[in-house]
Amino acid sequence: MRRFSWFNVTSLTLGFAFLYVPMLILVIYSFNDSKLVTVWAGFSTKWYGELFQNQAFLDAAWVTLRVAVMSSTIATVLGTMAAYTMVRAGRFYGRTLFSGMIYAPLVMPEVITGLSLLLLFIGIGLDRGVVTVVLAHTTFAMCYVSVVVSSRLVSFDKSLEEAALDLGCTPFQAFRLVTLPIIAPAVISGWLLAFTLSLDDLVIASFTAGPSATTLPIKIFSSVRLGVSPEINALSTIMIGIVASGVILFSLISKRNIARAEADARAAERT
Amino acid sequence: MRRFTLIALPYLWLLGLFLVPFLIVLKISLSDLNLSIPPYMPQLDISAGWSGLMEFFSELDFENFVWLTEDDLYWKAYLSSLKIAVVATFLTLLVGYPVAYGMARAPSEWRPTLMMLVILPFWSSFLIRVYSWMGILSNEGFLNQFLLWTGIISEPLQIMNTTTAVYIGIVYTYLPFMILPIYSALEKMDDSLLEAAEDLGCSRLKAFWLITFPLSRAGMIAGCFLVFIPSIGEFVIPSLLGGSDTLMIGKVLWEEFFNNRDWPVASAVAVVLLMILVIPIILFQRNEQKQREAEG
Amino acid sequence: MAANGASVFAPWDDPDQTPLIRFENVTKRFGDFTAIDNLSLDIYAREFFALLGPSGCGKTTMMRMLAGFETPTEGKIYIGGQDMGPIAPNQRPVNMMFQSYALFPHLSVYENIAFGLRRDGQPKDKIEARVEDMLRMVRLQKFAKRKPHQISGGQRQRVALARSLAKEPKLLLLDEPLGALDAKLREDTQFELMDIQEKTGTTFVIVTHDQEEAMTVASRIAVMDEGRIMQVATPDRIYEFPENAYVADFIGDVNLIEGTATPSGEDEVTITWAENQQPIRAKTQRKLATGQKVFYAIRPEKVGISKEEPTDVVNKAKGRILDIAYLGNLSTYHVQMPTGEIIKAQSANTRRIARRPFTWEEEVWVSWNGTGGSVLED
Repeated sequence: MRRFSWFNVTSLTLGFAFLYVPMLILVIYSFNDSKLVTVWAGFSTKWYGELFQNQAFLDAAWVTLRVAVMSSTIATVLGTMAAYTMVRAGRFYGRTLFSGMIYAPLVMPEVITGLSLLLLFIGIGLDRGVVTVVLAHTTFAMCYVSVVVSSRLVSFDKSLEEAALDLGCTPFQAFRLVTLPIIAPAVISGWLLAFTLSLDDLVIASFTAGPSATTLPIKIFSSVRLGVSPEINALSTIMIGIVASGVILFSLISKRNIARAEADARAAERT
Repeated sequence: MRRFTLIALPYLWLLGLFLVPFLIVLKISLSDLNLSIPPYMPQLDISAGWSGLMEFFSELDFENFVWLTEDDLYWKAYLSSLKIAVVATFLTLLVGYPVAYGMARAPSEWRPTLMMLVILPFWSSFLIRVYSWMGILSNEGFLNQFLLWTGIISEPLQIMNTTTAVYIGIVYTYLPFMILPIYSALEKMDDSLLEAAEDLGCSRLKAFWLITFPLSRAGMIAGCFLVFIPSIGEFVIPSLLGGSDTLMIGKVLWEEFFNNRDWPVASAVAVVLLMILVIPIILFQRNEQKQREAEG
Repeated sequence: MAANGASVFAPWDDPDQTPLIRFENVTKRFGDFTAIDNLSLDIYAREFFALLGPSGCGKTTMMRMLAGFETPTEGKIYIGGQDMGPIAPNQRPVNMMFQSYALFPHLSVYENIAFGLRRDGQPKDKIEARVEDMLRMVRLQKFAKRKPHQISGGQRQRVALARSLAKEPKLLLLDEPLGALDAKLREDTQFELMDIQEKTGTTFVIVTHDQEEAMTVASRIAVMDEGRIMQVATPDRIYEFPENAYVADFIGDVNLIEGTATPSGEDEVTITWAENQQPIRAKTQRKLATGQKVFYAIRPEKVGISKEEPTDVVNKAKGRILDIAYLGNLSTYHVQMPTGEIIKAQSANTRRIARRPFTWEEEVWVSWNGTGGSVLED
């Protein structure tokens, strides 16, 4: 029975305009014919063409993608284990330290995380490259994954696992056959979160990457420091497009799954 | 045995890649600058045994921390970071509250969509979102073009490369962190509370101040911390939108490390920054705890 | 009981009394849905008036219109002779006790009760004295400093009552006030409510779907269905003399027998209802046409049950016991006629269960006299 009041409409319109207009301008001006990024000179896709000619960007994109896939996958495994440990393992020696180490990276300034990891890699003599970035990204991403997964595990009925054990599963089978399928949506969201965090990260990568593994954010940062460029607008548009369609697709799928589950439940009630 | 592996693997990972590196930072912050690679002294020589260890500790000192207090660049940078973070947090609250309120009062079938619209920017690249303001705020940027066109100003405003631009950047990028906790506090509120307040003689506005506002306080506090904590150590926003006079400690640390190659001082800067952050983090945890208890 | 029919308090029978509340041809629509349909109703000062009906019958809408949270689409509502149309909720001499209690969670019990008084800008000492009075009335002096989540459900209910009474409203609205309490507490609280109503002399309008609750507390009950009032009367009249089949069926247990009427003398009618059954003879004030379809409503406790054919009653029928519901103090027998109709009869269990006189499948007689039931038009 609630309707929009004029105040709410105004505040929502202004708020969402503030959130979306800058990105909208960016997208529109990526199709600008002119080199001058703030003067409209007709529609063109030439910056996309130039972007795909630019080997340095393509290389950086390839590095970023590899890093993101590897680090988010490892982070999802470790983060899920950590979440399971926090929610299910009960008391063990050093539990407080463990939970502290899971939550601390979430609030730690990136400059400090980056600096400390770099000092570690130099200290143990590990050459900086893709491996070090993957190690660094995995470390902070696993904490995010573990928070996402443990919030699902907390609301998960423990008796389901106990039923599986009662029916003859080993603990590992119970996890694989019962727990994992049920918490799968949270694990997938965790992976997506880890993936985008890795794609997005500039600061930690700058510290840990070294010259051999320039990621896309590092490349973008060094070129936008000099000012706005239409090529970067085109690149940004592609990235925004991928993320937006990914998120919308994911939410549509989960919405459809929920709708289907509800329809099934209704059908089951009728019979 | 399996339980042991389950715990040990993430535990060891975090020990090795989170705790140990941090201890190294702590140690280097107590070391001296050296012109070799790695550019600090002393190095711990395990082979020298106990005497090496003693020697190692005897050479550690608080010189770098003393240096931080003596050179006014550092404490000015800390103060300025704090100031910028406080002002930006307050501005984010001013922008975020009406949006969160509008969402919570919207018809319920609209709310998931609005929620998605708030979260969506959070998934797209932080760097790109900051970058998008460069084209808007520059002297020949869209904002100045628009203001000149409307005739409000006759000369372009210098916004880019100022602290104002940093404020705009922080408000923009962290707005979802402010909106979501306030929204969730407002959304939980029972409508009948406002009706009860009106029934007992309040006007609509009075009911907002006496009921809605205090009940969203926990959400506001959470939102403020979620904006304040990361903005203190912010690096990307001041380095892209701020000018040479915008001092923020994240940027100072970066420059100390990459440009001056003074690792011990950079480490000391990091240690102090973390000590500053511990207070708001603990306060935030307390707020969350209190919230959970009030609900539980 | 004090407020019930036996007492002299009956302003609705006195034509000189002016009602405190008057609904005048009120209609309320939400979009296409008509919640209240051209309804008129008078409620008098000092009444404990119950709006009773199933969910969705419009009773809550009536209450929200009195409080001012909804405005009538058509018609007018008067309180104390004043048209309430242009008056905002915060200006009305009406307070409401919400179903969810709507206690402000960030304020203590004391501050919740003082909330309305402070809005009036009364002097501090007066507010304090009034809040103390209210706390004493609901026996919560010890809990003044607690927050709502630190007290029990029953205590919260009493805080809500105290808060809504603190401003001495002319009219107190109670929306399902006991809905959240368990059965035992409910019963105690009903009597407490009646006590407080009598002590303060405030007019109470209560919304409930629980007929027992309405019967217990109310001076009069309005039974509602689909936005209309089916009957307004004192609890005993509602029970003994329902005006239509809906009311008869909604309040308590009843046998509703469908048949055809034939007037058979002064205030008397015979109703043919089943083949090979003796027609029912009943007293009624209604003017009925011959051959008119009617319902005969009779409560199970007014129907007797016996093994031998009774000789001294007007109405009787023979059937077979289909089911027995044992309720402890009572048993209800479902007796099936040869033509399929079921008549329920109730009798007190004065003997132990082993010596129960009737059992399943047994042939029995059910019987009742001419004044036991009501004749209702379709």
